[in-house]
Amino acid sequence: MAFATAPETARPPSALRRLMRRKLAVLGLVVIALVVAGAVAAPHIVAHAPDEQMFDGLTLEGAPMPPGGAFLFGTDLLGRDLFSRILYGARTSLIIGVVANGLSLVIGTLVGVLAGYFRGWIGAVLMRFTDLMMAFPALLLAICLAAIFQPSLWIVAMVIALVNWVQTARVIYTETSSLATRDFIAAERTLGASTGRILIHHILPHLLPTIIVWGTLGISTTVLLEATLSFLGVGVQPPTPSWGNIIFENQTYFQSAPWLVFIPGAAIILLALAFNLVGDALRDVLDPTQRGRG
Amino acid sequence: MTAALPISGAEPAPEAPVLSVRNLTVSVATEAGAKPLVRDLSFSLHRGETLAIAGESGSGKSITSLAIMGLLPPNVAISAGSVCLGATDLATLPERQMRALRGDRIAMIFQEPMTSLNPILSVGAQLVEAIRAHDPIPRAEARARALDALRAVRLSQPERRLDQYPHELSGGMRQRVMIAMALALRPQVLIADEPTTALDVTVQREVLDLLRDLQRDLGTAIILITHDMGVVAEMADRVIVMQNGAQVETAATRDLFARPAQAYTQSLLAAVPRMGSAPARPAPEGEVVARLTDVSVRFALRGGLLGRVTHQVHAVEQVSLQIRRGETFALVGESGCGKSTIAKAIVGLVPHQGRIEVAGLALSELDAAGKKALRRQVQMVFQDPAAALDPRMRVGDLVSEPLLIHGQGDAASRRARAAELFARVGLSADQLDRYPHEFSGGQRQRICIARALALNPQLVIADESVSALDVSVQARVLDLLRALQTEFGVAYLFISHDMAVVENISDRVAVMYLGQIVETGTRAQVFGNPQHPYTRRLIEAVPVPDPEHVRVASPRLSAEIPSPVHALGQGPQRVRLHDVGEGHLVAV
Repeated sequence: MAFATAPETARPPSALRRLMRRKLAVLGLVVIALVVAGAVAAPHIVAHAPDEQMFDGLTLEGAPMPPGGAFLFGTDLLGRDLFSRILYGARTSLIIGVVANGLSLVIGTLVGVLAGYFRGWIGAVLMRFTDLMMAFPALLLAICLAAIFQPSLWIVAMVIALVNWVQTARVIYTETSSLATRDFIAAERTLGASTGRILIHHILPHLLPTIIVWGTLGISTTVLLEATLSFLGVGVQPPTPSWGNIIFENQTYFQSAPWLVFIPGAAIILLALAFNLVGDALRDVLDPTQRGRG
Repeated sequence: MTAALPISGAEPAPEAPVLSVRNLTVSVATEAGAKPLVRDLSFSLHRGETLAIAGESGSGKSITSLAIMGLLPPNVAISAGSVCLGATDLATLPERQMRALRGDRIAMIFQEPMTSLNPILSVGAQLVEAIRAHDPIPRAEARARALDALRAVRLSQPERRLDQYPHELSGGMRQRVMIAMALALRPQVLIADEPTTALDVTVQREVLDLLRDLQRDLGTAIILITHDMGVVAEMADRVIVMQNGAQVETAATRDLFARPAQAYTQSLLAAVPRMGSAPARPAPEGEVVARLTDVSVRFALRGGLLGRVTHQVHAVEQVSLQIRRGETFALVGESGCGKSTIAKAIVGLVPHQGRIEVAGLALSELDAAGKKALRRQVQMVFQDPAAALDPRMRVGDLVSEPLLIHGQGDAASRRARAAELFARVGLSADQLDRYPHEFSGGQRQRICIARALALNPQLVIADESVSALDVSVQARVLDLLRALQTEFGVAYLFISHDMAVVENISDRVAVMYLGQIVETGTRAQVFGNPQHPYTRRLIEAVPVPDPEHVRVASPRLSAEIPSPVHALGQGPQRVRLHDVGEGHLVAV
C-alpha cells in the first residue's frame, strides 16, 4: 500500500504496523529481543560457565568481587561469574515468565470464560473450584506438587501455571458474565450464531485488554514464585541459575555485596517492564475505538 | 419570602432577571486546541418563568446547564461570557462559594433518577443531608422539612418513604424525590435536564403537572432542557432552539410553534410525530407470518433456605396475536408491561409456554437445526444501536455476519451483499471498513437494520428501535423502515412506548398492561375509538406539540401499577377480550 496516495477509505494499516509506530512499544520489543538473544547465545558470549567456581573469583579474604574489573557484574559468594549466571538464568526465567505464565493465562481464561458465559451448574462448579484454589495456600500446593514430581525446570513451570491461573480466572469470569448480558451478544444469539462463534469472535476480543494486563503483571509474579520455590529447594535445582534463585542465594549478604541482589532484581524489573510496554501498546492497537490516538 | 407572587405567563415579569447569561462560550480542550461546544449564548430568566432549551443531541443544551451549575467535566471550561445569578457572576466564582450556592439558590434535576440518588442511603437521610448542607438546623427539624418536601411532591405515604431506599421506589417516585430534594431549599432557579425522558408517558404527565404546580406555588424559575417539543409546548413560556452549540432561534412558545422563523426550527417541528397526522392506509390482508397462541412467559423467583421457587413474575400472560405479511403490528405499553419479553420469546431468548408459530413452524417443536433455520425468518433490531453492535468488529463484517453464520455465499459475495444493503439503508459502501463508534446514532441504527435484513427475513422485530434517536433522525429511520417494508414485503413487530410514533407507523396495534393485551385492533380502531380506560389514559398523557392545545383535565392517578409477582400457584386475573366490532377487541 502506498502511503502517499492511500485514500481515507482504504483498509487501515495492520496492527503490527501500528504497533511499530509506538516508540515505547519498540523499546520494549528491543529489550525482550536482547534478553532472548542473550539467553540463546549465552555460551558464545560468556567466558566462564555459570557453575564454574573460579579461584580468582574471590578476594583474598574470600569475599565476592564487585562489578567492573575482570568480571562485568562481579562474582557471587562461591566465586562464580555473575554475568554468566544472569545470562543463563535468563533461560530459566524466560521459560517461567513466558511459558508458565502463558499457560496459567490460558487456563484462567478458559475457566473464566466458560464459567462466566454458561453460569448455571458449569459456572458454579468451576468457580467454587477456583475459590477453593484461592483459599488453599499456593505455596503449599506448589511444594506438594513439586514433591510428587521429580523437580525439573518444566515441572516447575507446570506447577507455577497450576497455582497461578486462579486470579486470572476470577477477573475473566466477572468480565465475561457482564459481557454476556450485553445487547450485542443477545443480537448474535438471535442471529443464530453458535456458542463457539460468540465466544471466539465476540467475547474473547473484548477480554484481550484484561488478558494482556494480567499477562504482563504475571511475568514478575511467576519469576518470583519460581525463586521462592527454588529457595525452598523444590524449584530449579542448583547449580542451574535463575534470576530468582540468584537473589535468594545471596539475600543474606545484601549489605556487604548489594550487586548480587540488585543486578538480578533489575533484570526482572526490566523484563517485566518491557513486556508491560509492549502489552500496553498492544492493548491500544487492538482496540478500534482508540484508533488514531497516541 | 414575603414578595408577592408574580403571575407567570407570556408577558415577562418587569423586575430584574433572576439569572442572566451573557455571551456564554464553553470550550473543550483537545489536542488540536480549544473547540467550542457552546457559542455566544445569551438569555435571561425571570422569577416564575419557564425557559425551555430545546435541541437534538450534540446541540450543547446539556453543556449549557452544566456550565451554569459549575459542574463542567475537567477538560471543559467557560472560555468567555458571564452567568449572573442576581449580582453574582457564577462563571468566575471559586468552587467553594459555588458549592454553597448549588442546591441553595440554584438546583438541578437529572434525567436518570436512579443514578442520581445514592443507592445505599435512605431517601430521608439523603434529603436531610441535602437540607443540612446549606442550613445547619437540628436533625429532627430537617427531617420534618424533608417530610414536608415529600408531601409537596405528592408522594404517597411520605412517612414511609423517608425510611425507604431508592431501589424500593419506582422511576416516577424517584424522580419526585429528586424534585423534592431540589426544591426543599426553595432555590430561585431550577434546572431540569430531560427530567421526564426516562419515564413512562403517564408518569411523565404526573411529573410535568407537579413541576408546574410547584412553580406556581414557589415562584421558582425553571430552565427546562429537553429534546421533546411536546414537553416544550406544554411547559415553557419561552424557548431557545439550539443546534451545534449555537442558538438558532428564540421566541415565546406560542410564537415559535405558530411561526417558526428559521429553517432548522421548521424542520425540527415538522419531524415531531403528531397524533392523528398519519395518512390512512388499508390494513394488509396477507398470509399470517407469525401467530402467537396463549403465550405466557414467567420467571421464577427463588427464596427460602433451599432456594425453591416461591413466586413467579408473570411477565407475559396468555397473549395471542397474529402478524400478517407486509404489515406493521405495534405493541404499546409502559415499562414492565411485558412487550419486550414477547419479542425475546419470539426470537427464543427466553423460554415460553403456549405456542409461537413463525412461517408455519412452531418454535417449541423444532430441533436445533430447525431453530437455526427459523432464525433466518425472524430478525431483531434493538433499542440502543451502540450496544447492539460489537464495538470491536468492522461494520461490514457485522452486516455480512448473518450470511456467514447461515453459510450463505463466499466472502466476496457476502461483502457485495453488505455493500448492497448499505446502499439500501442510505450509507455508502466505502464505510464498510469502519468501526461502529465512527458512526452517529442514526447511522448505527441503519447498520442494525441492514444487518436484520441481510437474510431476507419475513418478520423483523423492532424493539424500541427509534426511541433513542433524535426526532429528525427518528423520522428518517421511520421513513426508511416503511420504504423497506414496501420493497421487501417484510412484516414488523414494532414495540414502543411512544404512542405518537406507533400511531404513525402501525397498521394494527395491541395495547399491553401487566403482561396482557387489554385492547387490540386496527390503528383507526384503537386510536380513533379507544375503548379501554388504560388506552385512553396512554393517549391522553402524550404531550402535544401545540401550545394552543387545551388538555382535558384527567383524574390524577396516584395508585402504583400493581405488581406482576404472584405466589406459586396463583396468578393475575385473566382479562377477557370482547369484540366491539370488526375485530376491535377490548378487555372487559
